[in-house]
Amino acid sequence: MRRAFLAILKRDLALAARAGGGGELALVFFLTLVVLVPFALGPDLNLLSRIGPAILWLGALLSVLIGLDRLFQSDEEDGSLDLIRASALPLELAVLSKGLAHWLTTGLPLALVSPLLGLLVALPGEGVLPLIATLLVGTPALSFIGAGGAALAASLRRGGLIVPVLVAPLTVPVLIFGVSAANAALGGTVPFLTPFLILCAISLMAIVVGTIAAAAALRSVD
Amino acid sequence: MASLIDLANPTRFMRLSAALLPWFAAAAAVFLATGLYLAWFVAPADYQQGETIRIMFIHVPAAWLAMMFYSVMAVSAFGTLVWRHPLADVAQKAAAPIGACFALVCLITGALWGKPMWGTYWVWDARLTSVLVLLLIYLGIIALWRVLDEPLRAARAVAILTLVGFVNVPIIKFSVDWWNTLHQPASVLRMGGPTIHPSMLWPLLILAIGFTLFALALHMLGMRAEIMRRRVRTLTILEAERLDRLAAQGAAA
Repeated sequence: MRRAFLAILKRDLALAARAGGGGELALVFFLTLVVLVPFALGPDLNLLSRIGPAILWLGALLSVLIGLDRLFQSDEEDGSLDLIRASALPLELAVLSKGLAHWLTTGLPLALVSPLLGLLVALPGEGVLPLIATLLVGTPALSFIGAGGAALAASLRRGGLIVPVLVAPLTVPVLIFGVSAANAALGGTVPFLTPFLILCAISLMAIVVGTIAAAAALRSVD
Repeated sequence: MASLIDLANPTRFMRLSAALLPWFAAAAAVFLATGLYLAWFVAPADYQQGETIRIMFIHVPAAWLAMMFYSVMAVSAFGTLVWRHPLADVAQKAAAPIGACFALVCLITGALWGKPMWGTYWVWDARLTSVLVLLLIYLGIIALWRVLDEPLRAARAVAILTLVGFVNVPIIKFSVDWWNTLHQPASVLRMGGPTIHPSMLWPLLILAIGFTLFALALHMLGMRAEIMRRRVRTLTILEAERLDRLAAQGAAA
């Protein structure tokens, strides 16, 4: 069973690295969003640095949402999803490994690149490590809630924006606490750990609930 | 539970609902008429808010019904996934647009009430935000229904989404207790009984019952329409298959 888990993980990592449209596109989209916001708001650095963590978190959230299609759709199209369903590995563990691969190729790079984009929004120095920490903890929740949504729409040819529309309301708590923690590190009355630990709890719950929901959705296809 | 199993037969449901529907509609009309008369002419104006308090008589039942219909959807979703009740998915699908409309009515009447009272149409406090999220989840559910075409598969997918989104309903209920909100705290359904005066409580409850009967009548109508829609779909598929067979025989002969 461990071999099956690792096999799915390695396969997804290899596909994301080679086939393109994976992690790199999410990074470029992140950059695009963070660049667009100052064009809309104007160059006032004070304003930008006050809402910097929020811009970066929104960018990360939207980049993860955009890339959720590829989680199950290509597997559904070429039949690998049927093989995965029929294998001895429990479907929940298969979803766990696909979600982990998605996070490693999307959420993790977004979190690691965020300091560079923080420069664009004049993020203060003491906010960098807390921002990376909140993104590292929060993006798994986004990947796994997104996996739940992607599984519901797995067999759709012309899915369009249905997956972001379904997933976005469910990721609101992650967004709220992620930005709250990142802002708390920049000063204010709330200590950093309070929203950060709540974010960790939400992430852990989201990983479990998202995995179970995605497995149930994939199972119910026929 | 035995009666629910009896109702699992669509034909029996159609007969039963055809008999019940006029009664529900009539009872709804009576309660609504009484409640609206009491709310408009009999209930006193608020000492602080004046006549605008009367928006409450629409706003509060709409909020209750939005949450109640989400719970109806969640229970039906449970019925679809766990018990495979044949009409549970029909109940789910019919409930979604009704609940969404009530959520929208709640938000709009709330905004119209908020402008004179709070000075703003909208504020991002916990209660308003969570009801807005409820509306978004409703719209997502309706979107998912429309996108997946095979009814039973769509039902199971939507059921999962409904159950995952159900976490929002207790958040709405307790939002005014857990957070510092502009929206007033619970006045009716709370420990220690209602804090609202009987002269306003009675019209509110009568209107709540009236709107509930109205919404249930609409729900029954929606379920009947969905059952008939599925029958038409099945008949269309069978007819297409029959024509295919004829064409194949014709080509072979």
